Amino acid sequence: MVPSTTDPAQDAAPVHLPAQRLQDLIDELRRGGYACVGPRLRDGAILYERLQSTADLPVGLSDEQAPGSYRISRTGSSRRFAWANGPQALKPLVFVPRETLWRATRRDDGALAFDANIPEPEPLAVIGVRSCDLAALALQDRHFLHGSYPDPCYASRREKLFLVAVHCSHPAQTCFCASSGDGPRATSGFDIALSELDDGFVAQTGTERGAQVLAALGLPKASAEQLADAEAQLARAAAMQQRALPSRNLQACLFANLEHSRWKDVAQRCLSCGNCTSVCPTCFCHSEAEVPQLDGKRSEHIREWDSCFTQTHSYLHGLTIRPDTRTRYRQWLTHKLGAWHEQYGRSGCVGCGRCISWCPVGIDITEEAAAICGSGK
Amino acid sequence: MAQLPMSAEIVGRIEESPTIFTLRLRLTEDHAREAYRFAPGQFNMVYLYGVGEVPISIVSDPSGPALLDHTIRAVGRVTQGLARLQQGDRIGLRGPFGRGWPLREAEGHDILVVTGGLGCAPIVAVINYILMRRERFGRLTIIQGVKHAEELIWRERYAYWNTLPDTRVLLAADHGGPLWPFHVGLVTEVFDEAQITPANTVVMMCGPEGMMHAGIKNLTARGVAEERIHLSMERSMHCGVGQCGHCQYGASFVCRDGPVFPYPRVKELFQVRGY
Repeated sequence: MVPSTTDPAQDAAPVHLPAQRLQDLIDELRRGGYACVGPRLRDGAILYERLQSTADLPVGLSDEQAPGSYRISRTGSSRRFAWANGPQALKPLVFVPRETLWRATRRDDGALAFDANIPEPEPLAVIGVRSCDLAALALQDRHFLHGSYPDPCYASRREKLFLVAVHCSHPAQTCFCASSGDGPRATSGFDIALSELDDGFVAQTGTERGAQVLAALGLPKASAEQLADAEAQLARAAAMQQRALPSRNLQACLFANLEHSRWKDVAQRCLSCGNCTSVCPTCFCHSEAEVPQLDGKRSEHIREWDSCFTQTHSYLHGLTIRPDTRTRYRQWLTHKLGAWHEQYGRSGCVGCGRCISWCPVGIDITEEAAAICGSGK
Repeated sequence: MAQLPMSAEIVGRIEESPTIFTLRLRLTEDHAREAYRFAPGQFNMVYLYGVGEVPISIVSDPSGPALLDHTIRAVGRVTQGLARLQQGDRIGLRGPFGRGWPLREAEGHDILVVTGGLGCAPIVAVINYILMRRERFGRLTIIQGVKHAEELIWRERYAYWNTLPDTRVLLAADHGGPLWPFHVGLVTEVFDEAQITPANTVVMMCGPEGMMHAGIKNLTARGVAEERIHLSMERSMHCGVGQCGHCQYGASFVCRDGPVFPYPRVKELFQVRGY
């Protein structure tokens, strides 16, 4: 159901998409039945929203990010993708913040009937996806689709996605995907990947259907110079990253240090607000709840994003397993950087840096991990 | 979401104590009832219409999956609502979920069951399972502890089990009373009486983690190997299939990888506050 990423189409020679023909790509996707989503400026941040035309893209905009800070800046550049990710990842497009899973209906004689609520989304093309978010999507796929009980709601949205990656050229000060091995180059999970240069894009295909879309545009092969520029830009994007996580598996180290004084230290700063888990592209916790209709005949069983930073997350008949911020932050970090390895064969962190920028008090996951397990650089 | 709930009818309701009751359930759809199989130690998500779901272990025998007994203590919104239901009422069931007790592995061994409080519920299925297949197992020792003598449920059942050959029941209450002829004190204090054969015993435990911790310490000091000790764990569960994240215990999802674990699998975090 999820397109193969080892398609031979990926080996096809990259082509050059002139900047003024980006609209043709959007039009071609539309002709293929896809609604398009891409980066747009809204409420002072770059978010993935519905796109009508390339005019909606954040041309000449970039961002300045720091712990606890995100600001849009104007660069005057003609580029449209010269920014690092804002708060939104692909997560809400597949694992939506709140949805109905099933409905229970009660007949007058008391009998119950249950109906699944499987969404029927329209095909959706996302333009401008970053490598960190592709890595995170692959992890969410493993979590929601590859177990014994594949989630039908997630699956129905996931199989309708067409992904146009744009290799990241402008990582933020908070980014560290190079150290986590998830960027800045998009290496898999995309249908088409673009490198944005001053005069347009170098485009490569990742899947057969991606190749078909590009072929329909009739583009020339990218020149050796364009390819070299794209490569150099990627190398610069990796080199300019200032933060790093140790690339090794931290599970043993973190679980050997559960009583480390740093947990108490970070708990003094952490507000336990859950911003980090909301912006994290891999956090999957959700709660299930019941929304009965007022007439008493129907009840909706919903799920919505939850966070291990809430009081109720660890509630167990009268007992809260994690009653304080120390144990909640420790749960989050020991899971994200530790237990994930055992659960999913890799860390749960893709280096997007969102939890650093969007933390109201600027707690830095790389700093906290380094305080306990040593630095990554 | 694992699956849709199946409709079930309450065909029997037993008052076990002022706050504990057993619901006997029958799936109403023929195909669902015929396909349903479970292992002792597994649980269902029990759904109360308009209120929500709770994970409850199945206490009846797997050879009769047409009738499913669930023993429940009324403590929260859902269980207090379930407590008010009567015979003929309908509820929903999703399951069975999780890994049950290692009954195949336990064959040929002496069995020591240690339970505390309502911890006895997930294990009654094991006791009945062994008693129905008595020749496959060695001696069966059942140790049950409660805080207050009046909290003991199934007293007649324990008395009956104690009359059976090769079966011994030892009861303990932290606080006894005039009608409590059994041990007064901690559950571990009756271990001496149990004549445990460390090399040949498989232990199955369920109850408050503090009690289980004390029990494990005592048993391993007697030479029982850690991998022969199995425990049923409890954590918050919403989905039942390892997706919602609430029941995570280190790298384990209690709902999917448990609720029954060999002790070494949970040892690292056992009794660490916050997990």
